Amino acid sequence: MKATSAVDLRRRAVSRAVEVFCAASVVLALVPLGMILFFVLRQGLPALNGAFFTEMPKPVGEPGGGMANAMVGTLILIGIAALAAVPVGIACGVYLTEYRRARLSTAARFSADVLNGVPSIVIGIFAYQAAVVPFRRFTALAGGLALGVMMLPLIIRTTEELLGLVPPSYREGSLALGATRARAVWTVVLPAALPGIVTGVLVALARVAGETAPLLFTSFNNQFWSTRLDQEIASLTVQVYTYANSPYEDWHRQAWAGATVLIASVLFFSLLSRFATRRLERMHRGTA
Amino acid sequence: MTRELQAPADPGIRIRTELRPAEPAAASAAIGIELRDVNLSYGDNHVLHDISMDVDEKRVTALIGPSGCGKSTLLRCLNRMNDLIESARTTGSVKIKGQDIYGPGTDVIAVRRRVGMVFQKSNPFPKSIFDNVVYGLRIGGVRDRTALEAAAEKSLSLAALWDEVKDRLQASALSLSGGQQQRLCIARAIAVEPEILLMDEPCSALDPIATLKIEELIYSLKERYTIVIVTHNLQQAARVSDKTAFFWLGRLVEYGVTSDMFTNPREKLTEDYITGRFG
Ligand SMILES: Nc1ncnc2c1ncn2[C@@H]1O[C@H](COP(=O)(O)OP(=O)(O)OP(=O)(O)O)[C@@H](O)[C@H]1O
Ligand SMILES: [Mg+2]
Repeated sequence: MKATSAVDLRRRAVSRAVEVFCAASVVLALVPLGMILFFVLRQGLPALNGAFFTEMPKPVGEPGGGMANAMVGTLILIGIAALAAVPVGIACGVYLTEYRRARLSTAARFSADVLNGVPSIVIGIFAYQAAVVPFRRFTALAGGLALGVMMLPLIIRTTEELLGLVPPSYREGSLALGATRARAVWTVVLPAALPGIVTGVLVALARVAGETAPLLFTSFNNQFWSTRLDQEIASLTVQVYTYANSPYEDWHRQAWAGATVLIASVLFFSLLSRFATRRLERMHRGTA
Repeated sequence: MTRELQAPADPGIRIRTELRPAEPAAASAAIGIELRDVNLSYGDNHVLHDISMDVDEKRVTALIGPSGCGKSTLLRCLNRMNDLIESARTTGSVKIKGQDIYGPGTDVIAVRRRVGMVFQKSNPFPKSIFDNVVYGLRIGGVRDRTALEAAAEKSLSLAALWDEVKDRLQASALSLSGGQQQRLCIARAIAVEPEILLMDEPCSALDPIATLKIEELIYSLKERYTIVIVTHNLQQAARVSDKTAFFWLGRLVEYGVTSDMFTNPREKLTEDYITGRFG
């Protein structure tokens, strides 16, 4: 057994090369995130101050002001989206798991996949036709619904996937005790999958919170304070978009600040979802 | 050959047998379950052939036989769990107290409340110990907290688990040991006060001590319940059961009083099987 035959050397070289390539790819994948953080924070952090969170936008020419209305607006919009999409999405996921092979399930699965791939601007146009044109006004409701439509496929597929991971023995145990199918799902299967579903919902929320296109002609924008659902409403993303497109230096700074808040909230949602999963998992395992 | 079988390796088991000598032939028992010409196929695979037998009430009946002979399938016929398998087709009749559970208009939910089941792999729900035990009662509509607590204590005591968990009823059931989890599942099954208890290899995942506890438990439960147990452990069958049914390739080969069957099997197949001379 000689330690270094030619074949041996070659094998080691190849192995090393593959390792280096993989490591380099990982670094490469991290570069965009790092650069986004760098650019946004460099411009955004200096522009962030208390006023940004508490004050309303100032008219053109007046410096200062903030995006309080836009932040509340975004919260309202994703609130509407969640209220609309979460129950429907979870119910849909349950149906897909319970009636795996039904024709309706195949159709629903297919349309969820397609919907997931539809560009968000198209969803915006759809919501415009469906919820703006008939009432002849931009509304928070229309914007929330557009975001809800975007969340729907994400929630459906996560729910289905996670319900599929619940051990069948839970279900059997419940049915053997005389539970109806619906009861078994509601009391055992769904709770067992809940940690994962919660994470899925949070991820979906984070994703739609950062959407601009579906809001441009649904909730539009509002320079004033408004929490009414039947009126146009401001949102962080649309505000950032508007300000970034403006010719004013001060508005550009505000746009960077808005972008910083958006990134921070994505980060927050990610951490929250991790935290929620951990906690729920621990609860399930019983070490809590 | 039967001597070998009954000379247990584990001294604890011998003590047990001595303490509780096998009861004389369970002659006086009423019929708990009456199977007539039960046939079952999964698609084209005909798994159970013309099974007819009477299971004694308030006795322990063991189902034994080589792997794949249909023991679990038969057990699952008794609470209609095979309904969950799309390809399963059952014919024949299974009567519990005279009522055919395969008859038209049978309420399957009601059947499953009368016939409890304990699975091979313990399957406590990822909920608290308390919520597990009272699960069946809750879905049956019991809401009264005191009633639930009383029932939980009663069934956990019957399952010989109360002392171990009484101080942590709110802890997750998944924090219990394997043997405790299995006893919890038994407690959960008896909490709804079924008439019949089905157990599919309840000890197969347990160590000898936990196994012994479950066997003790089965022994004590038969005062109240008709118990049907599937087991691969012939010594266990000999220890806990009053009657034993031996299955082979989906047919009932021999069915009789356990002590008779282990000392004096009528069929050659049975003898080969219980002496381990199976090929
Ligand atoms: N869900 C199912 N679908 C199709 N065939 C099945 C199903 N369950 C069991 N079978 C078949 O039915 C036959 C009997 O299976 P069963 O599980 O009843 O055997 P068993 O006696 O319990 O075996 P073991 O001792 O290994 O548990 C086997 O041939 C098995 O392949
Ligand atoms: Mg089996």
